[in-house]
Amino acid sequence: MMRKVYSNIDQIVGNVITVKADDVKYGELAEVKSSHGTSLAEVIRLASEEVSLQVFSGGRGISTGDEVRFLGRSMQVSFSENLLGRIFTGGGQPRDNGPALSENMIEIGGPSVNPAKRIIPRNMIRTGIPMIDVFNSLVESQKLPIFSVSGEPYNALLARIAMQAEVDIIILGGCGLKYDDYLYFKDTLEEGGALSRTIFFVHTAADPIVECLQVPDLCLAVAENFGLQGKRVLVLLTDMTNFSDALKEIAITMEQVPSNRGYPGDLYSQLASRYEKAVDFEGAGSVTILAVTTMPGDDVTHPVPDNTGYITEGQFYLRNSRIEPFGSLSRLKQLVNDKTRDDHRALMDGMIKLYAQFKETLEKKAMGFRMSDWDTKLLKYGERFEHDLMDLSVNVPLEEALDIGWEILSDCFDRQETGLRTELLDKFWPAPD
Amino acid sequence: MMAGKQGKVTGITGNMITAEYTGDVMMNEVGYVYVGEKKLKSEVIRIRGKHAELQVFEQTKGIGIGDKVEFSSELLAVDLGPGLLGQIFDGLQNPLPELAAKCGFFLERGVYMNPLPEELAFEFTPVAKKGDAVRRADILGTVQEGIFTHRIMVPFGLYETYTVEKIADKKKYSVRDVIAELKDPKGNIIPATMVFSWPVKRPIDAYAERKKPAEPLITKVRIVDTLVPVARGGTYCIPGPFGAGKTVLQQITSRHADVDVVIITACGERAGEVVETLREFPELIDPRTGKSLMERTIIICNTSSMPVAAREASVYTGVTIAEYYRQMGLNVLLLADSTSRWAQAMREMSGRLEEIPGEEAFPAYLESVIASFYERAGIVKLYDGTEGSVTIGGTVSPAGGNFEEPVTQGTLKVVGSFHGLSRERSDARRFPAIHPLDSWSKYKGPVNAGKVAFVRDILFRGNEVNQMMKVVGEEGTSLEDFVLYLKSEFIDAVYLQQNAFDPVDAATGAERQRYVFDVLLMIMVTHFSISANDDARNFINSLRQKFLDWNGAEWKSDKFKKIEHELRAMVYEKAHETKENIDDRLKSLFDDTAVLIQE
Repeated sequence: MMRKVYSNIDQIVGNVITVKADDVKYGELAEVKSSHGTSLAEVIRLASEEVSLQVFSGGRGISTGDEVRFLGRSMQVSFSENLLGRIFTGGGQPRDNGPALSENMIEIGGPSVNPAKRIIPRNMIRTGIPMIDVFNSLVESQKLPIFSVSGEPYNALLARIAMQAEVDIIILGGCGLKYDDYLYFKDTLEEGGALSRTIFFVHTAADPIVECLQVPDLCLAVAENFGLQGKRVLVLLTDMTNFSDALKEIAITMEQVPSNRGYPGDLYSQLASRYEKAVDFEGAGSVTILAVTTMPGDDVTHPVPDNTGYITEGQFYLRNSRIEPFGSLSRLKQLVNDKTRDDHRALMDGMIKLYAQFKETLEKKAMGFRMSDWDTKLLKYGERFEHDLMDLSVNVPLEEALDIGWEILSDCFDRQETGLRTELLDKFWPAPD
Repeated sequence: MMAGKQGKVTGITGNMITAEYTGDVMMNEVGYVYVGEKKLKSEVIRIRGKHAELQVFEQTKGIGIGDKVEFSSELLAVDLGPGLLGQIFDGLQNPLPELAAKCGFFLERGVYMNPLPEELAFEFTPVAKKGDAVRRADILGTVQEGIFTHRIMVPFGLYETYTVEKIADKKKYSVRDVIAELKDPKGNIIPATMVFSWPVKRPIDAYAERKKPAEPLITKVRIVDTLVPVARGGTYCIPGPFGAGKTVLQQITSRHADVDVVIITACGERAGEVVETLREFPELIDPRTGKSLMERTIIICNTSSMPVAAREASVYTGVTIAEYYRQMGLNVLLLADSTSRWAQAMREMSGRLEEIPGEEAFPAYLESVIASFYERAGIVKLYDGTEGSVTIGGTVSPAGGNFEEPVTQGTLKVVGSFHGLSRERSDARRFPAIHPLDSWSKYKGPVNAGKVAFVRDILFRGNEVNQMMKVVGEEGTSLEDFVLYLKSEFIDAVYLQQNAFDPVDAATGAERQRYVFDVLLMIMVTHFSISANDDARNFINSLRQKFLDWNGAEWKSDKFKKIEHELRAMVYEKAHETKENIDDRLKSLFDDTAVLIQE
């Protein structure tokens, strides 16, 4: 059917334009043709014949006489194997030099999974990063944020996970990504040979803010469909604080009453509807989400990390370029770390307890107290632990990481000082050289 | 029903639509918006002139101006009848497993299913006889629903006195079959089935008298029962930051609490957590009945990614079903996790209605709505003299873990017991992370109040010493103070903390709590001969190890007795005084010393 074209824009406020039109559906897409090109726009409010649309490329440069053509459908994305290795914008357009895809279009932001169809997660995703595999195992269908301060190498961490994680498909969503970081991801994955199993949806900081809002939905719609086809998909999102800020910007433009520090009252629901897309489909694949959430001012009570913490199943804290062992928590690790190796759980607990003692010793040292023999041992241990396991550049399989753990313990302590059970010590304590 | 009143859509924002209507429209009436083949359930939340505003319980994508709206003339209601137990519903009482069977992995919008379908049948045993005069909530007959005798009652919405014209014989009937005919004073015949509906936002008031909650409800969580008890028919709340263990505490309570029926309302929380309950409960055996836990449980599940308006409805759906089972003379526990998400759903709606916001943009009526929800808890004397109760426990998820926010504060005003979870305790892995000093309860617990006060005092002073020690160090603390601090830590480690994963320690009955608490008291009043800090620490540590082993021993088993004996021996050996001295002190301090003093 030929759709009508409207060319009388009544109102332009921020990124939202209002036109008089009929037979428009809520959530429908339109094309706005201005002298700067054509942009998509989405219907976000209907009041009698007045239709408010959120213009993806922003309101700047739109004239009251520009043409608005309704497409009779809501936001969609093409879904097929052809997506692999490709890079798209937040509007779903190619960012690389490849062709635009239009086959097998699927809706984004679809309905939620029926809780009765969910299953208890049971598979671990190995990443080769000991601080994750050993101490806070990532579990298929888990949703975990990486809480981080702006300066931390969270994107480097994500890139490493993208290269090393044992999954079928990686989908990387960039929200407000710096262009340099985008290139870094692209180059790193290309060099590492992981690009062919990766799909990018990238909104850079220079792109229109409305496109930022689409990124998680695009990633998750594609991930969900691969999941249904039996693929194990890992979705990496960076940075969800930018996404939340985009929500805030739109909400304020729409004159919504802000709730906390300017964020809209539905921030929790908005974030949850994305994170809850993480799922393990019984008899098919799974979707796992790792999402960077930068904490403004290192404040975990800021509305974005705070709401995120209530939604996700634990969190990784990235501090001083390391995944901090104390605040970090994978709530689901107990479901998988009993099936790896006998010593996994005990070593995990034992090493962290000793590391906590090391931290106390460090404090004592800083205050000028005399160091006992035990303190000296702890200092040696802490240093070895940080260098051999915590450092983000360490890339070893889980079993090797556990062996390294035993090695560190035996280099620093006597058997009984470790607080580990005798049977484990008999089995795993390294023989003296 | 008649063709029904109709209207058409004139505006849409988010999940709210405006509809122009003709005829009359009722506030909070249910309406349906037609989108293509589907009709989406909605509720009228404001009427202005010829325009009604409705919150839609589904995604509103695809609705257009001019689309048809049909009004039902009925308030949002749930179906009440036998067969609800063991089911898993969404916030609008749609059975989720049946939806999954029909629609697959995803929740399709506009698909509504009968919570108590035609196929469901029960053996009906009549109680009322032809010619009997009956009122609302009077028993017409009974059916056996799992482990309970389920009363088939005169629908609560029938306010007259009726004569039983016909009553079905003892036989198996579908829940939708007519089992009785009632004649009202005007001579009209009203058919009654086993199922009737009741509007969720109206409390069920078919009882003779509401009573004061006095009996403790044993949750088998020691810190709760002993320090901050919950009463049957009372209310309590659990506020806490994320990761402090709110949901785990609710799950433990739902397993072990001494009640007949548990209703879990998962309101806007993680789906994963519901899944654990959903998958594990059918496997778990209820120690009291020997049947699967699921047989006494109903799950109302409206997780965070499901439509927000239905989230608002879900707590009401839960409490209405709770009140219904209360009418059977049963004790019901309603666990709402989390009430903050419910409050946020109200806030979202309030924002769309462009109401003037209160604190943190919550609507001005937030507190009164919270209050009237918790007021639906209570212990009541029914018309036939039996008693039933609804106890409500709600978690609160305060932003940033700060209790000075509207939902926590609004809740604290109305609940009888406050179990505040602390980040400090959860970080130190002290579970349950209920803060023993900040939390409070207005109810009477199973343990003697004087004894509890004695222990609370040690906790309080021990905490003071601990604070002081942070400044002056261990060296600057007197041995006496140091021992006091160790004793307070001892109480925490062996009594307040509980291992949810240990099969025995996970649940401590009231009798055992009283018993163990007495032994704890005995240790507390004893003067030990201790020379130095290290000596004290070593002794208390070894005592702690013994006590923890004791916690893991089956109640009254040989192992239990053996460890108790060893424990007492350790105490008397290290005591600076004779057993008689200790016993005398106990007698002077407490009235009830049966367990305290043993030969």
